[in-house]
Amino acid sequence: MHPFSYARPTEVTEAVHELAGPARAKFIAGGTNLLDLMKVNVEQPNRLIDINRLPLNTIDELDNGGLRLGALVTNADTAYHPLVEQRYPLLSQAILSAASAQLRNMATNGGNLFQRTRCYYFYDTAMPCNKRQMHHSDQITGTGPAGCGALGGYNRIHAILGTEASDGTVHCIATHPSDMAVALTALDATIHVTGPNGDRTVPIGNLHRLPGSEPQFDHTLRPDELVTAIELPPQGFPDHYTYLKLRDRSSYAFALVSVAVGLEMDGDVVTNARLALGGVAHKPWRKPEAEQLLIGRTATREHFQPVAEALLEGAVGYGHNTFKIDLAKRAIVRALGMAINKEKREEGE
Amino acid sequence: MKYIGEPITRVDGHEKVTGQAKYAAEFNVPDLAYGVVVSSTITKGRIIRLDTSRALAVNGVIAVFTHENRPKTAWFDVSYKDQDAPPGSPFRPLYDNEIKYNGQPVALVVAETFELARYAAMLVDVAYEATPCDTDLLKHLDAVRDPNPGVMNIFKPLPPKPRGDADQAFAEAPVQQSAQYIHGMQHHNPMEMFASTVEYGKNGFLTIYDKTQGVTNSLLYVTQAFNIPFNQVRVVSPYVGGAFGSGLRPQYQLFLAVMAARDLKRSVRVSLTRQQMWSFGHRPATVQNVRLGARPDGTLTSITHEAMAATSQFEDYMETVVNWTGKLYPSENATLRYKIKSLDLYTPLDMRAPGGVTGLHAIESAVDELAYKLGMDPLDFRLKNYTERDWTEKDKPFSSKELRECFRQGAERFGWATRNPEPRSMQRGHNLIGWGMATGIWDAAQVPARAEATLTVNGKLRVRSATADIGTGTYTIMTQIAADTLGMPIDDVVFRLGDTTMPPAPIQGGSWTASTVGSAVKSACDALAKTLFRMAKRLPKSPFVGVGFDDVQFIDGAIQLRQNPSKRVSLLEVVSRNRGRAVTETATSIPNLIKHNSHSRNAHAAAFVEVQVDEEFGTVHVTRAVTAVAAGRILNPRTARSQIIGGMVWGISHALQEESVMDHRYGRFMNHDLAEYHIPVCADIHDLDVVFVEENDTIVNPLGVKGVGEIGLVAMPAAIANAIFHATGKRIYDLPIQLDKVM
Repeated sequence: MHPFSYARPTEVTEAVHELAGPARAKFIAGGTNLLDLMKVNVEQPNRLIDINRLPLNTIDELDNGGLRLGALVTNADTAYHPLVEQRYPLLSQAILSAASAQLRNMATNGGNLFQRTRCYYFYDTAMPCNKRQMHHSDQITGTGPAGCGALGGYNRIHAILGTEASDGTVHCIATHPSDMAVALTALDATIHVTGPNGDRTVPIGNLHRLPGSEPQFDHTLRPDELVTAIELPPQGFPDHYTYLKLRDRSSYAFALVSVAVGLEMDGDVVTNARLALGGVAHKPWRKPEAEQLLIGRTATREHFQPVAEALLEGAVGYGHNTFKIDLAKRAIVRALGMAINKEKREEGE
Repeated sequence: MKYIGEPITRVDGHEKVTGQAKYAAEFNVPDLAYGVVVSSTITKGRIIRLDTSRALAVNGVIAVFTHENRPKTAWFDVSYKDQDAPPGSPFRPLYDNEIKYNGQPVALVVAETFELARYAAMLVDVAYEATPCDTDLLKHLDAVRDPNPGVMNIFKPLPPKPRGDADQAFAEAPVQQSAQYIHGMQHHNPMEMFASTVEYGKNGFLTIYDKTQGVTNSLLYVTQAFNIPFNQVRVVSPYVGGAFGSGLRPQYQLFLAVMAARDLKRSVRVSLTRQQMWSFGHRPATVQNVRLGARPDGTLTSITHEAMAATSQFEDYMETVVNWTGKLYPSENATLRYKIKSLDLYTPLDMRAPGGVTGLHAIESAVDELAYKLGMDPLDFRLKNYTERDWTEKDKPFSSKELRECFRQGAERFGWATRNPEPRSMQRGHNLIGWGMATGIWDAAQVPARAEATLTVNGKLRVRSATADIGTGTYTIMTQIAADTLGMPIDDVVFRLGDTTMPPAPIQGGSWTASTVGSAVKSACDALAKTLFRMAKRLPKSPFVGVGFDDVQFIDGAIQLRQNPSKRVSLLEVVSRNRGRAVTETATSIPNLIKHNSHSRNAHAAAFVEVQVDEEFGTVHVTRAVTAVAAGRILNPRTARSQIIGGMVWGISHALQEESVMDHRYGRFMNHDLAEYHIPVCADIHDLDVVFVEENDTIVNPLGVKGVGEIGLVAMPAAIANAIFHATGKRIYDLPIQLDKVM
């Protein structure tokens, strides 16, 4: 592990100012991913800015009926918060499907969004990785040859969607590992950000990015910005929702494929639909056109299949992960059925 | 018998749960320096440049050891051979610039703190010249060869000579079954990482706290490799946080810690990281072909079972994979073959039920498939082909074999009789349900060991033997045996282990510790009883004048006449007349070779499994399993059950989840941490049940025990695969059965 200095500001402006200071500074909150990455030398910050004392640890009701989740509220406190459980059970379910109780007690909402991919090649500095090697202004990482190790390597957990750069080349097939972000994508959350130039908001769909030819960038925030809160809009789909997560064991494993579904129904007819996929791309995968296919339709299996096909359009397998294309389609169809039918939801996968 | 056979709680439980039990990396000796290993990032080739200057420039770094500056150690290969070394040339850490496998230690950084050492290890700059590597067994199945069996052949017999003509019998068999089974590599990954704390004492005396399954083995290795007299080293290992075979051989952190301590004349600790737990022995990749022929009535007429496994370029590791097939099934025509292939890997290492779990998965899956072709219930097929003799060992009878009873009691507990054999015949909601079963077999071995029993001046019993307790319950069962042998309350008995100043015991493996060390403890306590009786006879006004040893019994801390319990002398009184000295006896237990050589000695089991399969997603859950075990006398049903349950969980892991995945382009393991190397979590484990079938065995050892460390595991993978077939109609031959193979 690389030596680092440490600061613990109590004000947001102070924290942002700290980050703008010396090179290779990093925010740390729960540290559940950053510390691991530091131990394996993938992250080598010179300075850690501990933001746990910033006043960003409350969940507040908004006038519009929405909810504001402080960036420093833990995943566990968020998932078990009565208002989240009542109005956004999809989010609760997604958070509780992730990691372990111990990790959820430490991990924060802000940190969850910025966890790094679990690609084996990214984690191992002896292996080639474009995400590590294509240098980023706030990190210097890794040795070894550049290139994507997972392409042509062991890619069971890797992406099947959105991997190609605009010129058709593929530089990175990593996935974004967060479950929470998949639910937030289906919920159309808004991310509140602050920085030296003041506050701004980013729709969740624009927070993460596809790898393109710059896989070193996981997200669109500037290096000197800090997430302060996640805003949930009033519509939380409390009646018809599900988070279906498929993985290699029943708990404490990242999703091979996950599906977040929120529906509004008028009798048997779908009036509003949201779908987001996890484990399939460099960001939570959403496609509003696919959702539109459900509007005005009765909620039956024959109407679900075209949605699945539309969401997976253009999917490419890389060998070990090719099964994900079919698995994702089946998961979408199942998840839609579960969202409509409460009994099915409780029966789970 | 007051304690043997009772579910005594672990005598070391309190120490463990309160954190008082100390493990190898927790002995904080004064003035300790910390070593961190730099691992090779290539698989094959050589180091062309090694620059340690940046590491050495860090304030607090004491030394960096590499092949260029290492102290001299022993010259000959034989000096590096530990008690579990396969034939060949053992790996020598920091020996020269040659890289033989990925993750090989190439430098040891020693610093004043662990953190500094870990940082400086990052700064060691190694340049390699890599040559192409070969690590993929599947690419070399046509180039396998016979292993050099070496001396370990005693415990790991080679396949028996072929019997009859299996090829012809297969060709003529009206019902045939043929399939190939593929197993990947696995790593032991005990919770406790490998570590050695070497305390450098007066005149260079070394006290070594080592993670090992045998302190004597570590002692022999260190004294030979470094040419140190035996009386200059003590190895201590009172607690082991799991090992599963990984501690059967001294690992390289021991060598490096001793080397650094001797060179620096200072105490040194070397601990490995979790990622470095993938840098030594593992369960080898194995490919098996099984061909079976049968008559329509179900009689097996032909068996061919061949296994091909990977080993390193420097040692011929082998395990017993195919012999179990012969022990279980009495076909007149049988060919069993075992071949290996040297690849650019570290030498494989026994991992819980080595060979057994691999071989039994293949044969027990094949038998199930054949039973379906015959239209027979898989259990009936096994009863039809049941044997009371072991043709692989000169057709000897078994010392005891209650496998039939395992089938009966296991089936009854599980409810097997109500099974509809038709695949896809059971459903629960949208899930398919399947029931499968398989047979298990494992060795019931005993080897020589020594133990010492002391009655202290306070009338307490102290028993010692240099064995290990890798979490299996050795402390507890030895305490029970000692307490019963001398008729003492268990609270007055303490058993100690894991120290080379104690009488020697073999490495703890092969499920032989209960029988081996248990017999030694019993012998030592018997010897102590005789001495105490002699002393009691010499007491003034002794009630035992003219009485023989067989006329008395040891009970409630006293010796008393069997016929007249009022004639008694307490053990405290006996020892109190010994001029203030304790009474000690030592004894060696040696297997009864006459009995042993005339019998095959095995534990048996039958596993019955229910799986729930979500066919659309391919997810499999083992919702229910029963294992019936015949393993001689069960010394402690609580710790024994824990062993069987642990084995069953491991079986679920082996069948459904566990594999060290290598990227063969690089020869490097990719899922080398516990987030990505999957073993079951609590949510994967449901209803597990254990039945111990009564089995009286007077051949195996005086205690009649067979050991339970491995027998709970071996039957599970095939039972699960067979249950998946019953659920889905799909045979899956390659493990682990992950969802993409089922969907």
